[in-house]
Parts: sequence; C-alpha cells; structure tokens
Amino acid sequence: MKKISLGQVAVYVVLGLAAIPVLFPIYYGFVGAVMGPGDLATYPPALVPHGLHWQNISDVFRSVPLDRFYVNSAIQAGAITLAQIVTSILAAYAFAFLRLPAKAVTFALFLATLMVPWEAIIIPNYLAISGWGLARGGLTYLGLVLPFLASAFGTFLLRQAFLQFPTELRDAAVIDGCGHWRLLWRVIVPLSKPSIAAVGVYVFLSAWNQYFWPLILIRDSEYQTLQIGISQLNDAEVAQPGLVLAGVALSLLPTLAVVLFGQRYIVRGLTAGALR
Amino acid sequence: MVFALFVFWPLGRTLYLSVHGNDLFGAPSVYVGAEHYREMLTAEFGKVLATTGLFTLFSVVPAVLGALVVVLLLEARIRGVRVLRTAFALPFAFSVATASVVFAVIYNPAIGVANGLLGSLGIDRVNWLTDPSIALPAVCAATVWMNFGYNVLVLSAGVAAISPEVVEAARLDGATGWRLASRITVPLLSPQLFFLVVVSTIHALQSFGQIHILTKGGPDQATTTLVYSIYEKAFAFGSSDFGSASAQAVVLLVVMLGCTAVQFGILERRVHYR
Repeated sequence: MKKISLGQVAVYVVLGLAAIPVLFPIYYGFVGAVMGPGDLATYPPALVPHGLHWQNISDVFRSVPLDRFYVNSAIQAGAITLAQIVTSILAAYAFAFLRLPAKAVTFALFLATLMVPWEAIIIPNYLAISGWGLARGGLTYLGLVLPFLASAFGTFLLRQAFLQFPTELRDAAVIDGCGHWRLLWRVIVPLSKPSIAAVGVYVFLSAWNQYFWPLILIRDSEYQTLQIGISQLNDAEVAQPGLVLAGVALSLLPTLAVVLFGQRYIVRGLTAGALR
Repeated sequence: MVFALFVFWPLGRTLYLSVHGNDLFGAPSVYVGAEHYREMLTAEFGKVLATTGLFTLFSVVPAVLGALVVVLLLEARIRGVRVLRTAFALPFAFSVATASVVFAVIYNPAIGVANGLLGSLGIDRVNWLTDPSIALPAVCAATVWMNFGYNVLVLSAGVAAISPEVVEAARLDGATGWRLASRITVPLLSPQLFFLVVVSTIHALQSFGQIHILTKGGPDQATTTLVYSIYEKAFAFGSSDFGSASAQAVVLLVVMLGCTAVQFGILERRVHYR
C-alpha cells in the first residue's frame, strides 16, 4: 500500500472540512424534499430522514402549478437561447469577415454594452415592453424574450472563434463558388460547434435563471417562470419546508443535468473572458 | 439593431427619466433638473451605498479566496481529486432563486438547521434574517455559497492550463507545497483571479434575487443595496417613482464603471499574462 504522508492527511482534512458547508445545502435541498413534517417542522430539525416522504413531490403540484411554470421557463429560456445563438452567429460572421463601414466603431459599441448593467436600463425597458402591451396574456412570452434577442458576449466569443479559421479555408470556399450564406452555414458553423455549444449552454443557464425581469414583468400567474414560482412557493408554504424543498429539487433537475453533462462547454464559455 | 433598441435607447431614457418628475402613475411630467440627485444626498441613501459596498466586499473576497485555497489544495497529489472538484463546483447548478430558497429554509428561526446546529452547541437561537446586525452577513454567506462553484470551475480551468513542464521544473528545483503555490501557481493563475474579481464585483453590485427572497431589503433597510433600492422605488408595493429610481440607476452605472476602471488600474498591472 502506498504510504500517505502527514501533509496529505492534512490536505484531506482541510478539504473535508471545506466540503461540509459547500455540500450541505445541496444535500439538504434534495433530502429535505423527501422529509416528512416530523423531520422538518420540529426543533431541533433532523438531518437524516426517518423514512422517505415522497408525498411532498405530489403535494407541491397542489400548491403551485409547477408543471405549467416548467413549460413557461422552457419556452422563455429556449427561445432566448435559440435567438441569441442565431443573432450571435450572424453578427460574429459580419464582424469577422465582412467589410463594413465603421466596423471597428460598431464593434466597440457592441462590446460597450457588456459594461452596461441590465438593472441600470431596466426601467425604460419595462416601460417600453409593458407600454406595448407585452406584459399580459400569451404576449408575456414575447415580453420575456424580446429584450434578450442579442448578446454581446456570444457575438464576441464566436467572433474570436471565427477569426481563428485560416484565410485559405475561406478563399478555397469562395473559389469553389461559395457565397457568404453557404460559407457561413455549411463551413463555418459546422466547424465551430464547440464554441456555439459553449455560448448555448451559457445563454440557456442565464436565461433559465433570470429573476428580476420576469418578476416585474409577468402579471398573469399562468405565465410565471419557474424561478419566480419557487420563490412564491417559499412565501406560501413557510410552515411546510418539505414542500418548498421538493419544489427546489424538481426545479434543479434541468440545470443539474446541464452542469454535469455540459461542464466542458461551461468551462470554455466561462473562461473565454479570462484567457486572452 | 436590438442593442440600439434595448440598450442604447433605454440608456438615454434612463438619463431623461432621472431629471424628470413623475405623476402618480409614473409618467414623466416636468423637468426637475438635478432634484432626484439632490434627494440622494441623505443619510438614508448613504446607508444604501454603504450596504452595497459591504455586501460586495464580503461576498466577493471570501468566495474568491476560498475557491483559490480549495483549488490549490486539489493540486496536492491525492486520490479522489476529480470527484472532489466536481463536488466543489456543484453549487453552480443552483440558480439564485433556488439557492436563496434553500437558505431561507436553513435560516428559518424556529425550525431551520442553522439554529438547530447552534442549539446542539448550547447557543441561543439567532434571528438570521430579521436581526439588523446579522441579516447582511447571513445574505453575504448565502451569496458566497452561490458563487463558490463558479469560482472553482474558473480557477480549475486555469490550473489545468498551466503547463506541466513549468510545475515539474519547479519541483525539480525543490519547490513544494506553499512555495510552489505562492511562487508558481498563484502568479500563473493571476489572469483568472483578476477576471473573477472583476466579474464577481459586477455580479455582486447587481445582486437582487437573494435579497428579494431572503430579506426584502430589511430588517430596517439593513440589506437594501443599490439595485434593491431601485426595485423598491420603481416597482415594489405599487410604487412607480421612476424618476428617483432612474437617478439611482445612473449612480449604479457610474459605480460599476468606476469599480471596474479602478480594478483595471490597480490590479491589472500585477496580472501575469502568459
């Protein structure tokens, strides 16, 4: 057996101690979801469930229409992701390859939008969107998506990716009679799939997790997104933490899957700004 | 086009609204010049700015330093590193809303686990979210937790990008443990650390969900940050004071640009780009 040095033991101990506060809320979120009131609504609260109380999962749907919120969030985040991928690809192509008047200035303005906090412009956007009547009924979806059709971050990341293609590749395609449109969709996009996936994962997570905009915009509870729904569930069922945690656990499944399976792309997207 | 419509035009409009009064329904009525800005020269708004500063400091620094320590320790040649790294990155899967709700349950004064733990240590219950001196640290702690996974992901990617030859050469020269970390790994990680400090500061200044869910800015304004104050003025309790809120939004923009500029000015000189 390999000998373990004292230093390594110390490392294990420190990491183990650090892992407790990091992992506990995750453990509690999922285990609490199947704890009965006898475990949760008592003092001191139990840390290990006495029997699994699956009823929470079905009861939570009686408290709030979680399934409906799920659909709303899927439509909202899906539409934003799709739209941003398409607009980012087109804009990145234009910034990378086309000869445009004042391209440098336009690109600088594009990047400048990264510096404008969304909260600083949320009031005029709110007034515009609700003024156009996009805060009621089915139009709510449009109101949720419209301000997020384009992304400076996605455009920037894809432009960097597109610029890495050797010019010979482009020249060869052009000589073969390939127009801009075909070059983009048949050559550039298929070759840039990892970068596009990175943008997609990043955009999806941030859209799915949006809080401020849906909170102020949505008036009909039918069109509420999951994040706001979970927060309302918390307000409505303070006395029943089991129900609240069941809602949390259910709403976490998609992002957990994205994080566990899309980790490669997340890291790529996250660090695009850190490495130059 | 989209940017013109939803970023630049609103930006101008924020400035416009910030110098206009508004009627009961929030429509801009008369030009009031700098009045909304003068309104901000009060102790109340000073407290909002101080809260924002404290919240930013105590949510950014512990999360970045903590993640750095964990990532450096994961570099020690031990078993199970991969599993541990994934475990430390997991909080990233939580949205601000879901994480805040879990912490709301944990902080529950009567039946929460936080007080359960204190109770088993023989310490009296604490009103985590309703005691004015404890609410802000409690919200900061929750925010540190939310950001931890992201920071671990970014720093791990940075460590993975360090070329093994450099580390090997340092080891051959007899550098181990603390010296290796402080002289080699941390300087080579400085681009990622700088990125994290800038991005987390921006994020912290924009934080909203955790404050809305955990404390609603209370108790007694103890957790009202700038963004929450904008929300309260413009949207909460049927308030539509878009003028004052816009003036505060301009302050937010200036603070954020200022912070970023200062960080670039002071910190970036010490960053070691490969």
